[in-house]
Amino acid sequence: MVRDGAGRLAPAPALILLLACGLAVSVLSMSSGAYPLSAEDILKGVVGRLDDDVARMVLYDVRLPRLLLGFLVGAVLAISGALLQGLFRNPLADPGLIGVSAGASLAAVAVIVLGTGWLEGWIELSGPWALPLAAFLGGSGTVFLAWRIARRAGETSVATLLLAGIAINAVAGAGTGLLTFYASDEELRSLTFWSMGSLGHADWDDLAIAAPWLLLTLAVAPLLARPMDAFLLGEQVVGHLGYNTDWTKRAAIVVAGLGVGAAVAVSGLIGFVGLVVPHLVRNLLGAGHRIVLPASALAGGALLVAADCLARVIVAPAELPIGLMMALIGGPFFLLLLLRVRAG
Amino acid sequence: MLLQVRNLDVALAGQQVLRSLQFGMCEGELLGVLGPNGAGKSTVIKALAGDLRVAGDRVEFSGRPLASWSGRELARQRGVMPQRVDVNFPLTVEEVILLGRPPEPAARSRGIVRELMDLLDIAHLRERLVPRLSGGEQQRVQLARVLAQVWDTAGPVLLLLDECTSALDPAHQQQVFSLLKRLTLERGYGVMAVVHDLNLASRFADRLLLMHQGHCHNTGTPSEVLTEKALQEVYGLSARILMLEEGYPLVIPTDDRRVRSYTEPGNPSCRQAS
Repeated sequence: MVRDGAGRLAPAPALILLLACGLAVSVLSMSSGAYPLSAEDILKGVVGRLDDDVARMVLYDVRLPRLLLGFLVGAVLAISGALLQGLFRNPLADPGLIGVSAGASLAAVAVIVLGTGWLEGWIELSGPWALPLAAFLGGSGTVFLAWRIARRAGETSVATLLLAGIAINAVAGAGTGLLTFYASDEELRSLTFWSMGSLGHADWDDLAIAAPWLLLTLAVAPLLARPMDAFLLGEQVVGHLGYNTDWTKRAAIVVAGLGVGAAVAVSGLIGFVGLVVPHLVRNLLGAGHRIVLPASALAGGALLVAADCLARVIVAPAELPIGLMMALIGGPFFLLLLLRVRAG
Repeated sequence: MLLQVRNLDVALAGQQVLRSLQFGMCEGELLGVLGPNGAGKSTVIKALAGDLRVAGDRVEFSGRPLASWSGRELARQRGVMPQRVDVNFPLTVEEVILLGRPPEPAARSRGIVRELMDLLDIAHLRERLVPRLSGGEQQRVQLARVLAQVWDTAGPVLLLLDECTSALDPAHQQQVFSLLKRLTLERGYGVMAVVHDLNLASRFADRLLLMHQGHCHNTGTPSEVLTEKALQEVYGLSARILMLEEGYPLVIPTDDRRVRSYTEPGNPSCRQAS
């Protein structure tokens, strides 16, 4: 590959490579699973000439929504991670930091545990969308709360936002713990699976709820690239360079919050993507957001689809939770990377 | 008048930091801002840079109240270099300087960036990562970024520089201030530079603003401001002032407070080593 003086890959070929990876992984993901499909079947399916009914059902109603959801969720987690890391000027920031995941978890666990009691009305009202919708509202609600707390005299303090996020995380965590304490065995199983993340229930309904928000995040985030670059030099410099600091902060928080809220709502808690992917992308392609944001989205999507594929195959016909899978791959990989950087 | 400041008051967390500060600046003028730590020098820069909110029409830039300028307009007319800019992310020197440019064809900004890198002696660092550079090199990169903002601006330009040479070696300090001086003479830039080095300020500044406890102690030419009496009052520093043939005063501190002798009872191994 082409490398420049700072040891980086050239952006255009790198993006094309990532796109190719994403496509390859997608084909792999479509074909593998309990009911194997050949590449030929997939090709036929794409042009609408697949005659086998079972194969058609598996392809259109199981694999395709799962693939799309997996790609979108991975892309959004990674791009939101990149945005928040820029905003906080800290490569260790994570969407969980401003309370999105904790808030979404609390709402989801509440629906699972209290669904037959206090929250029966909610279940009746929202039907099959009860859980994802509640998680989405919980996630975006917490972000909004943290952001309101951090706003004083018309300005958003990033430090206060971080601290508010920590406090909200603690409170929401305690609430989730309390509900877990009261949960029955069956509920406990269901919420454990939710908290480990899974794409196993993905269907077109889930996709319909989440996709608008996920796509919105993916569409708007790259528009923030220039002011986010300025953020890397510090909050004040953003203003000196002529950007509206507060507007940029608000946009980044809202975009990341809505996207991650929607992602968590349909797939549970999936860690590491938002942290590892932008980190890798920065190391390979540099820290400019015009390349980091799109490359993170592509790489995050491809990575999550690949992890989902493995999660299905490794213990077939059962499935590992994908959050677990990500932590299993991501953790050691990240450590390896750290050791290599220190050695080099 | 490029910049007009009238009765500027700034309070931070209940503490009055600037008290009815008043001064003006013309185009093509290099104004050195002096004063002891905590005198309010950086606060003035921040107030003029828009980091702090300033009431109404206390500050006028190029004849218009500062508040009536849009951020985008100001970014092309006013460059600001804060005292510290920490870069934690792997950006190259060229990328950081490019951040100063507005959206425009790459060829145009690349030409400006190259010119500035040559002027500030950082062309050899073009592809290096900024977080891995020395403090002085990073400072020159930031200055290049600030200059890139206003480099092709027609009309009045104001540079607000908060200790822009504090990490530089003497040769580069001279180089940077010579460049700033040239920009004031050739292009009419107004430069307001906070400096701690009295002699650097004396040599390059057209006028000095000596600050003390949030207000202006004195303002005028270097020989008017840098007097033994003023230095004693403001810094508590005894100094001799020599008027050089070149036409500016040289300050030689003669502080007679004795430095405590550490060699006497102290560490015996130290004494042996010496």
